[in-house]
Amino acid sequence: MKSALRPVPEPGGILDLSGVEAVLGGRQVLAGIDVHVDPGEFVGVIGPNGAGKSTLLKVVLGLVRPSAGEVRIAGADPRRMRGLVGYVPQSFDPDPELPLRARDLVALGLDGSRWGFSLGGAPRRAAVDRALASVDALAYADQPISRLSGGELQRLMVAQALIAEPRLLLLDEPLTNLDLRSQAEIVELVASVARERGIAVLLVTHDMNPILRVTHRILYLAGGRAAVGTVDEVLREGVLSSLYGYHVDVLQVHGRIVIVGGAEAEAVACKA
Amino acid sequence: MHGLGAFFADPAVGTALLLGSIVASVSGAVGAFVVLRGQSFSGHALGDIGAAGASAAYLAGMEPLYGFLGVGLLSGLLMDRLGERASSRDLATGIVLSLMLGVGALFLYLLTERTNASGGTAAVLFGSIFTVDPSVTLPIALFSLLSSLLLALLYRPLLLSSLQPDVARARGVPVGAVGLLFMLAAAIAIEESALVAGALLSMALLIGPAAAALRLARHVGAAVLLSAGLAVLALVLGIFLAYESYFWPPVQHGWPVSFFIAALVLLEYLLARLWPQRAARRREEGAAA
Repeated sequence: MKSALRPVPEPGGILDLSGVEAVLGGRQVLAGIDVHVDPGEFVGVIGPNGAGKSTLLKVVLGLVRPSAGEVRIAGADPRRMRGLVGYVPQSFDPDPELPLRARDLVALGLDGSRWGFSLGGAPRRAAVDRALASVDALAYADQPISRLSGGELQRLMVAQALIAEPRLLLLDEPLTNLDLRSQAEIVELVASVARERGIAVLLVTHDMNPILRVTHRILYLAGGRAAVGTVDEVLREGVLSSLYGYHVDVLQVHGRIVIVGGAEAEAVACKA
Repeated sequence: MHGLGAFFADPAVGTALLLGSIVASVSGAVGAFVVLRGQSFSGHALGDIGAAGASAAYLAGMEPLYGFLGVGLLSGLLMDRLGERASSRDLATGIVLSLMLGVGALFLYLLTERTNASGGTAAVLFGSIFTVDPSVTLPIALFSLLSSLLLALLYRPLLLSSLQPDVARARGVPVGAVGLLFMLAAAIAIEESALVAGALLSMALLIGPAAAALRLARHVGAAVLLSAGLAVLALVLGIFLAYESYFWPPVQHGWPVSFFIAALVLLEYLLARLWPQRAARRREEGAAA
């Protein structure tokens, strides 16, 4: 499997994690994570449930403080660099009665964290329209979000994150609850926007297959430890077996990669 | 003598309309977010809880408004701090509610015993819009202004925290502080409408117009304004009908204004459910399916 061409590394990375450890509720969730992400780089964060993927994003967002190690966004503390980071949360299940149009959801990404209310205005509307256009969502800009499909809603959440012009985009399981076609569309959309604008992407997914074609590198998490590298470097029996702590097989089935736990493992670790 | 002319000529009606409209508009506006955030139970509890403060104020010979407000703000603070997670919010509300209802029962008992007149008790539980001391108009206007200013200030971060708390946190919004400040703004609005419509019925002005407005409006800002408008409409019509009911057969006695407000709010909600736009949408969805 060939990985997408990685951008030429720059000296100043957009995201640097060195020796990051995190403890949540007395349990060590992350143990010694090292990764350096360059502008424009697409990194797939892969791993089974409970591997620490969401915690890793929270550490990058400055919402969970690492118990050891250091996190730097563009060389500074993440809590001071929030303006550089766009975040697409795991799920959003709007109440069917919620009077919120697609454009309202996107506008929250522009100024939802500012005090007071907005009376709208042409520049704000134009910015929202541009963000909607960038994810190909203008057609349903004025529809209530409760009427949209999962794929359409996911596009809006990407637009909501993009409208603030981030340098680093974090997506937490954006492919869950989407059909295969919508998964491919979202991945392609994120990859192409990131490529055009030089945005670094951290996309969390428990199923690696939809992103293998576009991701420059993967960060494979298991048991709080990580293996980082290209698809070919990481998806090997030796690398993953030492990460899991027991033997796993990396199988190719009809072009999809499946990771199967050994005899002592409970079940399939990462499904296709 | 009755009819519109007499209605507007009566000074008690004038005070009732002024006070009631201020209180109803704030309650309706705040209510839109109470419903949006799924805090109807807390909203209801804050109204009931106010009875403890108001009856205590009556016993002490104080203005009941301050009893309502004091207890409401304190309870709102307690509920918010005890129930930081959504899952424990109803529990925290229930604990504070039962505690304060117990205290309220004691004070209402003492009030009925000592004063040997149920006037205070009825006013606390069912409202006193026609007998409110006009001197509280200014403090009510000021507290209402405070509540609306808080809501206006919190508007965007509150909406973001209500809909997508994770995104709000990621953007640096102090989600906990925003929730607490909103709770206090809501407590002011709820306790004021408890004074007007009664501790038991303050819920009507808070939830009903908001639920109707959220069904009708296309976006949240419109829902907030529409909810305020619907609350004022129910209140003004309610006062008018209560005034007129003194002349209704068979007993010329007058019906309580809170009954009319509650009935009108219910009517608004039912009409909103039947609104043709929704019916058209459903047809459209049926055709698309």
